[in-house]
Amino acid sequence: MFGMFGSTLLLAFREIRRHLLRSFLTTLGIIIGVAAVITMVTLGNGVTASVKDQISSLGSNVFIVFPVKGDRDAPRPFKQADIDAVARQIAGVVEAAGSVTTSATALHNGQDWATSVQGANNDYLRAQSIEVTAGRNFTAEEMAGGQDVCLIGTKIVAAIFVAGVSPLGAEMRVNQISCTVVGVLEERGEGGGPNSDQDNTVMMPLKTVQRRFLGSDDMQLFVVKYNASYSSTSIQDALVSLLRERRLLQGDANNDFNVIDTAQVNQALGAATGALTAMVAVIAGISLLVGGIGIMSIMLVSVTERTREIGIRLAIGALAREVRMQFLTEAVVLCCLGGLIGIGLALLLSWGLATAIEVPFLFDPAINVLSFVFSAVMGIAFGYYPASRASRLDPIDALRHE
Amino acid sequence: MTGPKAADAPLIALEGITKTFGEGAAAFQALKGVDLAIARGDFVAVMGPSGSGKSTTMNILGCLDVPTSGIFRFRGVEVQALERDQRSLLRRRYLGFVFQGFNLLARTSAVENVELPLLYRGTRKAERRAAALRALDQVGLVPWADHTPAELSGGQQQRVAIARALVTQPDVLLADEPTGNLDTERSIEIMELLTRLNREGITILLVTHESEMAAYARTIIHFRDGLVERIDRNTPTPVEALA
Repeated sequence: MFGMFGSTLLLAFREIRRHLLRSFLTTLGIIIGVAAVITMVTLGNGVTASVKDQISSLGSNVFIVFPVKGDRDAPRPFKQADIDAVARQIAGVVEAAGSVTTSATALHNGQDWATSVQGANNDYLRAQSIEVTAGRNFTAEEMAGGQDVCLIGTKIVAAIFVAGVSPLGAEMRVNQISCTVVGVLEERGEGGGPNSDQDNTVMMPLKTVQRRFLGSDDMQLFVVKYNASYSSTSIQDALVSLLRERRLLQGDANNDFNVIDTAQVNQALGAATGALTAMVAVIAGISLLVGGIGIMSIMLVSVTERTREIGIRLAIGALAREVRMQFLTEAVVLCCLGGLIGIGLALLLSWGLATAIEVPFLFDPAINVLSFVFSAVMGIAFGYYPASRASRLDPIDALRHE
Repeated sequence: MTGPKAADAPLIALEGITKTFGEGAAAFQALKGVDLAIARGDFVAVMGPSGSGKSTTMNILGCLDVPTSGIFRFRGVEVQALERDQRSLLRRRYLGFVFQGFNLLARTSAVENVELPLLYRGTRKAERRAAALRALDQVGLVPWADHTPAELSGGQQQRVAIARALVTQPDVLLADEPTGNLDTERSIEIMELLTRLNREGITILLVTHESEMAAYARTIIHFRDGLVERIDRNTPTPVEALA
């Protein structure tokens, strides 16, 4: 029986090779459909991974808390005492660190540069997973004493420092204050931090910025890093009720602060990606349907063209199911070849596009296998009618057919 | 299938066979009650003007078509009662066909054409090839085994077709105007080949309208208006190679 199947397969390949251009055009719908599905899924994975990576650079298992306008007129800032209370009283909180930011102009080598200055201590850097790539973090004395030292982002280095010369130890003016560069922050790209552009930031000890730039000990925001083994909901609930208590919000008064959960951002992103994928699936489905109809019509043409051949086969004793199998095999082989070409095209396309939009190229074996199997199923679904029509031909009429 | 009595019974027996095409007013009765018996090993020529019912009879004898009424026994089996696929199996096992138009698969080599019936029998590849070459040897075409029909003359194509019919070692070879597309010299070659095969034991049913070709047969059946007009016993044209 295998000999029969083997020769049926061989025959199918021979028939396809005989009409190479026609076969290619026939499978174009399937090629495009398969290529579209795989490309979109692969790119979607890449984009999701890239955004997730950015979000996790905010620090995973991190809440960002900032005041907003509640039932009163103006947002009330937090104090260090609030942050200390969060760190002390909520089980599972690993770190709670405040931060302030203000815009500033940096000056070095006679060059101006519009930037922002952020006050934050080492605990903030840890909670946000911000690395110092050259130089060092702040020392305890620098933080406690509010000294004039700074860590600078890579854009500032590129903008106002001399290329090839380490900025470490250099003096730089930020507004009216002169500070010593002790480290360079790792490059994170746009949106890498809660406040605008991490790469264009001058970071100084929290006390320095509060005292010398803002003249107040208010906190504009704080981050809470928690132990991943705790549920984010329970920590968030505890956080909200503690803050409500400390801010004397009673009964049904609205929260005058916001808690952003990076896990929730991740979920929202997942939902958006899911919607996009569903849309692509519909488009690809239509393309595959059109492709399938193409397969069916060309198989019907092929059956008509080969009526005499079918007659000969029937006359020498082929069974109806053997004739049906022959044409079905041809349709399936055609679709599988289309599927393979589609996969090849998809790999090229998704690799090229992933490179172009700078997201990682993540090969997804499941979607490739699924698409291939789906092509084969299309062959069966749309090849069945022409094949069974061939098998039902009357041998005498078929032999007379010109 | 072959009971003790089957050996004595004719290989082929038709009893009161009728065949009507179409329905109602447009109905046309091609066969009006044909009775016929063909013995194993006979060489039968079926003659008659067109429309006499000889082709319809051949289609029924070839198990390609079924009669409207009557009984057709082949090896004792009532063929008219069989399903389509069962008739296919009968053709596959016991019958070989040679057509006027050769009906070879185009773009397919002679040896592959000859192998085709064995493919449906599930014969292994090596065995298939050997049997096909044996059959091509019987028709003297081994050197042409790898040529496609387009590269062969009409006579050669018909010999490939005969090899294809022979390769399964059938009981009966049905030849429908096998010399219709050939010149006299090639026609004689084909008829001599059929005579030789008949001597080797194959029952041959030949449809022809040329009496020179029918002269090679031992029995000549004349059809007219959907009925057997008469059956002649004939002394076949001598074939020199066999003398």
